[in-house]
Amino acid sequence: MSQSPQDQALQQTALHALHVELGAEMVPFAGYDMPVRYPMGIMAEHLHCREKAALFDVSHMGQFNLAGDDAVAELEKLVPGDINSLKTGRMRYSLLLNEQGGILDDLMITRGAKDLFIVVNAACKDADEAHMRAHLAGDTRLTKLDDRALLALQGPQAANMMGQYDAKLAQMPFMSGMQASLDGLDCFVSRCGYTGEDGYEISVANDQAEDLARALLAFDDVEPVGLGARDTLRLEAGLCLYGSDIDTNTTPIEASLTWTIGKRRKIEKDFPGAGPIMDQLFDGPSRLRVGIRPDGRAPARAHTEILDLDGNIIGEITSGGYGPTVGGPVAMGYVDAAFANDGTEVGLNIRNKVHKAHIAPMPFIKKGWK
Amino acid sequence: MSDIRYSEDHEWIILDGDVGTIGISDYAQGALGDVVFVEMPEIGASLDKGAEVGVIESVKAASEIYTPVSGEIVAVNEAVDGDPSLVNTDPLGEGWLFKIKLSKPEELNGLSNQDAYNKFLEGLD
Repeated sequence: MSQSPQDQALQQTALHALHVELGAEMVPFAGYDMPVRYPMGIMAEHLHCREKAALFDVSHMGQFNLAGDDAVAELEKLVPGDINSLKTGRMRYSLLLNEQGGILDDLMITRGAKDLFIVVNAACKDADEAHMRAHLAGDTRLTKLDDRALLALQGPQAANMMGQYDAKLAQMPFMSGMQASLDGLDCFVSRCGYTGEDGYEISVANDQAEDLARALLAFDDVEPVGLGARDTLRLEAGLCLYGSDIDTNTTPIEASLTWTIGKRRKIEKDFPGAGPIMDQLFDGPSRLRVGIRPDGRAPARAHTEILDLDGNIIGEITSGGYGPTVGGPVAMGYVDAAFANDGTEVGLNIRNKVHKAHIAPMPFIKKGWK
Repeated sequence: MSDIRYSEDHEWIILDGDVGTIGISDYAQGALGDVVFVEMPEIGASLDKGAEVGVIESVKAASEIYTPVSGEIVAVNEAVDGDPSLVNTDPLGEGWLFKIKLSKPEELNGLSNQDAYNKFLEGLD
């Protein structure tokens, strides 16, 4: 089949040629030509990550540096997290919010000695950059790190491997970041991830990314894993996918992300959308993001209607599918607050047949990070 | 038994008397990836050629199954219901999906033999 103009416009990461060499099936994702699976297949890739270690290319995500004496105070104007209390070398999950309290994106913020390192979603990175440039004042200097790739090494064996490069990497706490040399390559290493496992994200110069990826793949217990398994892994871990589970129509309260609002920020009420968000916090939101376990074996995908036992629509699934580690279908979605308690029985309208399900706690798996 | 015939939707059919056994092709199972659930048609249902008869769910996505011929569903593969991965490991054998009693046997003439299907697949890439 000939390539459509849309395909030709797809961007490539620094590891594109390696993905093709490894036999990946490539698909368009957020404007990039990305590996959805390798010959191993999504199921085996997923299980390998939970049992050993998986290497993901997440270079499509946006990496930024924010420098300047005012960087912390200015960034706090855009997010509900307490960034000021973040110690050097520590990182925090946060949200870019609009004035209505809707979520513009979710992001990771690491505090360096003099600056902040920020990672945002691929599909949002241009809008996020524009938003930050429009709102960050003072002496802040925002730099988009287009010259850097991002690799994720995830799984219970990841720390053993990273420790072979530098013992400090095996010791660093979860949700922290540090400069490190991996095989002589200068990297910024964060201990974090999007799989429910212990693991690392490694920022490296584009022209060194393939060398690093090959070095990591040379470990016996590392396999390349694509976006397909990345999605099933994060779903089992109960982690949100921006654009599916959270967006500008959801608030942190509705999204069960109230914990991202810093204690000081709640008192000072000086984050975007603080008015509506604090009202929701005290009055209780009308709907909540919850985990859902179908009782049968039919997976319930995004946009499946959630019903009460009388057949009334009470919500919608936002992410769902088969959880390879759970060994059955798992989902998350929003339900009316009255139905949000764990164990509540609900129905799912899958292809016009009602399938029984119940509200369940997340993560669906035993979490692997500390 | 007749030779295997394929539809352009990647279903295969093998005829034994007036009953056809239907499954999905090896190419289709490979494209779908790990099959985790199959929603089978109801026995006794009468269906027209091209009608949606069920759904195959892989880890990746849900895909409709279409019947390549018209007729009445006379059996579904209970083994696949218990172990959907049979569709991946033996798509042309133990991973068959359902049996249909053909109401218009002449529809078989519109389906591809193995060679023609192979050529069709070559044209897809």
